Amino acid sequence: MMVLGVSSVRAQEPPTPAKETEQMKAVPDMDHSQMDHSKMDHGAAPPPDPATLSDPGADSGMNHGSMQGGSAPPDARDPHAYSGGYTLDPARPLRMADEHNFHSLLVDRFERVRTRDNSSTEYDLQAWFGRNYDRVVLKAEGEADDGRIEDAHTELLWGHAVAAYWDTQVGVRYDSGKNPDRKWLAFGIQGLAPYWFEVDATAYVGESGRTALRLEAEYELLLTQKLVLQPRIEANFYGKRDAQRELGSGLSDLVLGLRLRYEIRREFAPYIGIERSGEFGGTADFARADGERTKETRFVAGLRFWF
Amino acid sequence: MKRIPKLLCGLPNLPRRRFIQGLAAGGVLLGVSPWLRPAWAQVTDTTTGSAPVLSGTEFDLTIAETPVNFTGRPRLATTINGSIPAPTLRWRQGDTITLRVTNRLPVDTSIHWHGILLPFQMDGVPGISFKGIAPGETFIYRFKVQQTGTYWYHSHSGMQEQTGMYGAIVIEPARGGPIRADRDYIVQLSDWTDEDPMRVLAKLKMQSDYYNFNQPTVVDFFRDAANDGVSAAMAKRRMWQQMRMNPTDLADVSAYTYTYLMNGTTPAGNWTGLFRPGEKIRLRFINSGAMTFFDVRIPGLKMTVIQADGQDVEPFTVDEIRIGVAETYDVIVAPKDDAYTIFAQSMDRTGHTRGTLAVRAGMTADVPAVDKPEPLSMGDMMGDMGGGMGGMDHSAHGGMAMDHSQHAMGAMTMGGGQVRARHARTEYGPGVDMRVDMPRTNLDDPGIGLRNNGRRVLTYADLHTIGGPLDRRGPEREIELHLTGNMERYTWSFDGLEFGKSTPVHFRHNERLRVILVNDTMMTHPMHLHGMWSELENPDGRFQIRKHVINVQPAQRVSFLVTADALGRWAWHCHLLLHMDAGMFREVVVA
Repeated sequence: MMVLGVSSVRAQEPPTPAKETEQMKAVPDMDHSQMDHSKMDHGAAPPPDPATLSDPGADSGMNHGSMQGGSAPPDARDPHAYSGGYTLDPARPLRMADEHNFHSLLVDRFERVRTRDNSSTEYDLQAWFGRNYDRVVLKAEGEADDGRIEDAHTELLWGHAVAAYWDTQVGVRYDSGKNPDRKWLAFGIQGLAPYWFEVDATAYVGESGRTALRLEAEYELLLTQKLVLQPRIEANFYGKRDAQRELGSGLSDLVLGLRLRYEIRREFAPYIGIERSGEFGGTADFARADGERTKETRFVAGLRFWF
Repeated sequence: MKRIPKLLCGLPNLPRRRFIQGLAAGGVLLGVSPWLRPAWAQVTDTTTGSAPVLSGTEFDLTIAETPVNFTGRPRLATTINGSIPAPTLRWRQGDTITLRVTNRLPVDTSIHWHGILLPFQMDGVPGISFKGIAPGETFIYRFKVQQTGTYWYHSHSGMQEQTGMYGAIVIEPARGGPIRADRDYIVQLSDWTDEDPMRVLAKLKMQSDYYNFNQPTVVDFFRDAANDGVSAAMAKRRMWQQMRMNPTDLADVSAYTYTYLMNGTTPAGNWTGLFRPGEKIRLRFINSGAMTFFDVRIPGLKMTVIQADGQDVEPFTVDEIRIGVAETYDVIVAPKDDAYTIFAQSMDRTGHTRGTLAVRAGMTADVPAVDKPEPLSMGDMMGDMGGGMGGMDHSAHGGMAMDHSQHAMGAMTMGGGQVRARHARTEYGPGVDMRVDMPRTNLDDPGIGLRNNGRRVLTYADLHTIGGPLDRRGPEREIELHLTGNMERYTWSFDGLEFGKSTPVHFRHNERLRVILVNDTMMTHPMHLHGMWSELENPDGRFQIRKHVINVQPAQRVSFLVTADALGRWAWHCHLLLHMDAGMFREVVVA
């Protein structure tokens, strides 16, 4: 599953020029002159097979890559070629929504978590402010126990659209909680991979040569129009052992979750779920030294909401 | 739009389902406030919600907020002279008319005379052709009426059109035309939401499928797998999944929030037009919806189309018409029985509105069930590329044979009848989620949801403007623009550039030019060029029909000729209000 996030990102890379040329050639080669429509009796034609009509995938040989993404061919049109030198008045009163700021707060997870010997509250939210292609993004996730923030990761990023479904994000991350605070620079990519996987992958560089990597992928499976099953995976890696925060190097933790939510409204959905979480490597050693489990099953109940 | 004060909200917040058809006595709450019923509201003898009629050469129009209640929840609408629809304006060709428009709103407003030829300063687009009408101000529109037919008018400011600012215009011929009907009714279709329209847009920016409750589910998958096998069920979904697109993305805003209206009346209110048996009735259909394509039929009656967008066409008889946003169609019907339902369902099949033609008020006829939504096909996405004739559905048209020899390969087509689109370099960025390389050019496709319904559905290929083009010159120049967008981000644009990043399109004064529009999206866009006619060509390059709005279907390429005889600055945009506001808007400079 983790590999999935990475390969999805890769799948978004523009096709090589050679590949694109092939595709462009392929079309004129199709010999439509052989199709003799005059002999087709459309009046008497049986109803078309619904499988072929609404079944784009049946045309399996086609590569749809050229319909999306890629870079402009050298002979692409100049979109300003028809302007005759006219430009929009920068002081014009007419501003469409593309020049307005919008904002949103999505609390993807706000949940009570129960394990065999503990319970806590977790949150995972993302807010943004800005326009279509450039936004200020705030991401925050954390865990609270007995009213105290146990562990919190908060990021402030500048999101910039680089492709139809992908934004790059650059900014800072701040870790706080019961352990010493850590500051990081963050570089990430967030977006929608083919097959509708929501992917968020961010690399971090901290003080004293610390590095980290966080990968997250979510999927939404519509059981009905309002009942949504959401598998989710999250993995964290650290480049260097950090004893004060009880982190080892390499893969530190991995969580596989499954949440079932009911959208009372699109923006208001309670859910229940189950997660399997594990700590690995040096991080697991720290946990064991504290007498904690390194693998556990967690039951969650919470609320997803946005506005 | 603001919520109205608490004291007016006497109704409890009942479940919406109860009001999905709207209130029978919905609409403008006359009598709530005495100033709402001033002398200028010359209410005609209708009992069922038709707009007042104003005629002559001098008109006073006042724009204000008015309490309305279409769903059980009181709201404030933006109205012209206090009614929804706004007063019907009857003009006469050749007259010079004066319209004094007074703004009693706390914000700027405007009125645009849709489809009317006039000096650009009178066109009413703030920021393009004038500066708008400030609060408290009266703006005087004055122009000579050059044309005849059915048109409409609406606000071009913000979301005021969605909140009630639309009315019909009927222009009589100067010398009186042939009398075609015993009765004449305007059937103005629209969509109402209790939500603030800007909030609707903001929601779509956050979740572009917010209003779509017809999405493919796991249950559908298992049903397909059981019927057709797992691999066929997988294949059916593969391309959509790969491209991150949704085959049920038929409308951005659905009946989840919309109540569809006919002449400002909810389906429960049942607008009724009366007739005597044996009479011929002219129905002037106007789609004044902000975001809704309506598929209109009158079960039991054939409709003979005599005008489209105000222009006389060779009469053509059909069972059903898809009316794009801002289009108008005049039809003649000859009812025999006592009552007929005028049924208008939304293109996404989430709702409908209806009215009745009847010999007595209070009668009804059966109201058909809304059709099942049909998912978009490969041709809707890929044009002429996938599977050869992807976009065409040969079994459509109630078994009528299609003559493919007419699809001759004109100069603009490549071998095999295909036309390669020329994409702009700005289409390779984050604002564009798909491009169609081989668009289809056929005009005989009734469109998604109408291809296999057994009814004769009007297409542009059926329409021929009487008298041919206004200008016999061939095109001196070609302009190709692409209709683009990114559903996930909910951005809409021409050539991948939203209005704010665009430059105007320059038409040289008096030139005859060919405009080519290629739709690189999965939605049909009703494209409206202000101030000049768009003369649509058929795939062979021959004149087809003169219009002010041209629907461009998904993955379709259309071309039309324009005579740039109207000096000045004009708007050119998709008439889906939220697409326009999101940036599918260009300025045109004729100089």
